[in-house]
Amino acid sequence: MTTNMRYKSRIIKTEDSEDKQYVGFATLPNQVHRKSVKKGFDFTLMVAGESGLGKSTLVNSLFLTDLYKDRKLLNAEERISQTVEITKHTVDIEEKGVKLKLTIVDTPGFGDAVNNNECWKPITDYIDQQFEQYFRDESGLNRKNILDNRVHCCLYFIPPFGHGLRPVDVEFMKALHERVNIIALIAKADCLTPNETKKLKDRVRDEIERFGIKVYQFPECDSDEDEEFKQMDKELKECTPFAVIGSNTVVEARGQRVRGRLYPWGIVEVENQSHCDFVKLRNMLIRSHMHDLKDVTCDVHYENYRAHCIQQMTSKLAQDNRMDSSIPILPLPTPDAETERLIKMKDEELKRMQEMLEKMQQQMHEKDQ
Amino acid sequence: QVAAPVPQPLRRHSQTTLSLVPQNEEKRSLSLGGHVGFDSLPDQLVSKSVTQGFCFNILCVGETGIGKSTLMNTLFNTTFENEEASHYQNGVYLRPRTYDLQESNVHLKLTIVDTVGFGDQINKDESYKPIVDYIDTQFENYLQEELKIKRSLFNYHDTRIHICLYFIAPTGHSLKSLDLVTMKKLDSKVNIIPIIAKADTISKSELHKFKIKIMSELVSNGVQIYQFPTDDEAVAEINSSMNAHLPFAVVGSVEEVKVGNKMVRARQYPWGVVQVENESHCDFVKLREMLIRINMEDLREQTHARHYELYRRCKLEEMGFKDTDPDSQPFSLQETYEAKRKEFLTDLQRKEEEMRQMFVNKVKETEAELKEKERELHEKFEQLKRMHQEEKRKVEEKRRDLEEEMNGFNRKKLAAETLSLSQPLKKDKDKKK
Repeated sequence: MTTNMRYKSRIIKTEDSEDKQYVGFATLPNQVHRKSVKKGFDFTLMVAGESGLGKSTLVNSLFLTDLYKDRKLLNAEERISQTVEITKHTVDIEEKGVKLKLTIVDTPGFGDAVNNNECWKPITDYIDQQFEQYFRDESGLNRKNILDNRVHCCLYFIPPFGHGLRPVDVEFMKALHERVNIIALIAKADCLTPNETKKLKDRVRDEIERFGIKVYQFPECDSDEDEEFKQMDKELKECTPFAVIGSNTVVEARGQRVRGRLYPWGIVEVENQSHCDFVKLRNMLIRSHMHDLKDVTCDVHYENYRAHCIQQMTSKLAQDNRMDSSIPILPLPTPDAETERLIKMKDEELKRMQEMLEKMQQQMHEKDQ
Repeated sequence: QVAAPVPQPLRRHSQTTLSLVPQNEEKRSLSLGGHVGFDSLPDQLVSKSVTQGFCFNILCVGETGIGKSTLMNTLFNTTFENEEASHYQNGVYLRPRTYDLQESNVHLKLTIVDTVGFGDQINKDESYKPIVDYIDTQFENYLQEELKIKRSLFNYHDTRIHICLYFIAPTGHSLKSLDLVTMKKLDSKVNIIPIIAKADTISKSELHKFKIKIMSELVSNGVQIYQFPTDDEAVAEINSSMNAHLPFAVVGSVEEVKVGNKMVRARQYPWGVVQVENESHCDFVKLREMLIRINMEDLREQTHARHYELYRRCKLEEMGFKDTDPDSQPFSLQETYEAKRKEFLTDLQRKEEEMRQMFVNKVKETEAELKEKERELHEKFEQLKRMHQEEKRKVEEKRRDLEEEMNGFNRKKLAAETLSLSQPLKKDKDKKK
């Protein structure tokens, strides 16, 4: 996987330009910056977890917007045999000239029915579909306007009411960890005291390792980073899974207006680092690692999918006793019988023509001699 | 003045059957002329029950880790031993534990039944079954004891569940589908009090909406939860106000935190301290009042008079007992027993007959078979004998032929010999001439 080139903003010093040895490609980062601002960014975030864990509230808190205006929640009765749906909300948000097209993929119904066998299947199918669509677009002839709908990150919400991961959590993460970057979160962390939070985090980390779940790993710091950054990075890594609290309501606390939850015994501030890890999550997800998540999706998960797809296709073709043609096999993932037949015919024709060509060449050669 | 003895009207007995329904009596209320003393009856009852000791059985139903054990510890202000359950049980199983508690001079035999593994499986279709089975088993045990000939009900350790505390996860939206399904299966078998667990994660306004949503879901799905009784005017007022606070939002804790200048049971957060016994923080005090201090006895009564009776009725009906026969005359249980027994005996006799018939038939069959076999054997024997005779005859014939041949041959030989003897003489004679 390509190492992430950390972009550091560097103001061009005037002395450098006077230096005769100065070539000027140090301005490349600035050019990249400018171009990317013009192009805009896109990011697809999936949220998954049982109902009532605060997913929507958290997403609203993260992006400081209200994505779930007209949401209808089902009754308990309706949820007894509910199937999992996939819903998408896309918003365009802008900050300091930088445009972001944010897509939130929601999974209502996950884990809500009484029988949740394979309830993650619609979700894995969705992710695979996005990969397949990108694969096809990428192999197509006109690649100007490829829409990247691949899921870059999946936030998985673990309930804080238990003693650790439950079977459904384990199965879900194992089904998804090779398709998408999973970030595990402990939801509704305001029901845990600091001790309990620590215990639960240790537990969850242990179980993730024990069950072999590959969650998203933060990339290692470059050795030339400054100490502060390294320290932050270390703290970040030791803090996972993040224990989060979300809120959209503004309350008055310590003379300030902050986002929080008002209780008779105190006020929980969402952005207070001693109350919960919301700030860490936001920084990580948006401010420092958003692009890395995209990179890992492209370079690791998508490539895995692509390699797997091609392998499957070539092994299938080998079974069909296909002749080796000199024309490279186009990686079109259409196992259409008709198309196969046409391709075969064309191949044969081409071969014949090649042979004829060779014969003619030989004849000419003989004639020359 | 001495009060005259109260004359009792004679009870008339029916000649044929001993009716269990009391005849219409004329009751007269009389006023007392002085203190008799039977106002001590309740006290006698109380002292008797105190010596007997009380028995109470609680069933806690809820997801693993939702706080069932902590709440029990908090309610009874002690530490019941408990290991943390794992999330990876294959199914739900019930774990009853019995403790002997004492407060002033009152002994309480408390049984706490835990549902281990509830809500953890991916497929929870069968999760309610072990719970229903457990409740039914306790009823069955009591019924068996009741039906015994020699029974000792006063000594019997009553294990029937008096109260089911259903722990609802504090999602803030509504009940989970599993909650609805399970409560529906339990509401006709046990008194249910739904409680919202870990309620310190729900703010006041959210809590209000949550409670309303839960109650409306229960009502619209016809789930019967336990209503605190309002017929006894001593407790009617408090009970009816508590009914409006259901489901109770509780927080449990055994740790103590210093608040003000005393130590209270609480949970300490960076943003504040949640006090368990502070009524503006949670409904723990309400739950304790209702469950233990006021309505414990009513819960036991309801279990016996309503849930157990329903179970018993269903069970006996299953076995074929009825209260009234086709003519709508009251049946006594004794008669039914007799009838059942006769039926059973005739059944038994019939079965015996059948078996005997079968046996006899079988014997006949086998006999016939044997005879058949014998006949076959005889036939075979005859056949063999004939063959043997045949062979013998043939051999005799051959022997005779052979003898004849031999005789013939011998004659010929003799003839030839005599001929040859006379022939050479003749020749000699000719030669001599």
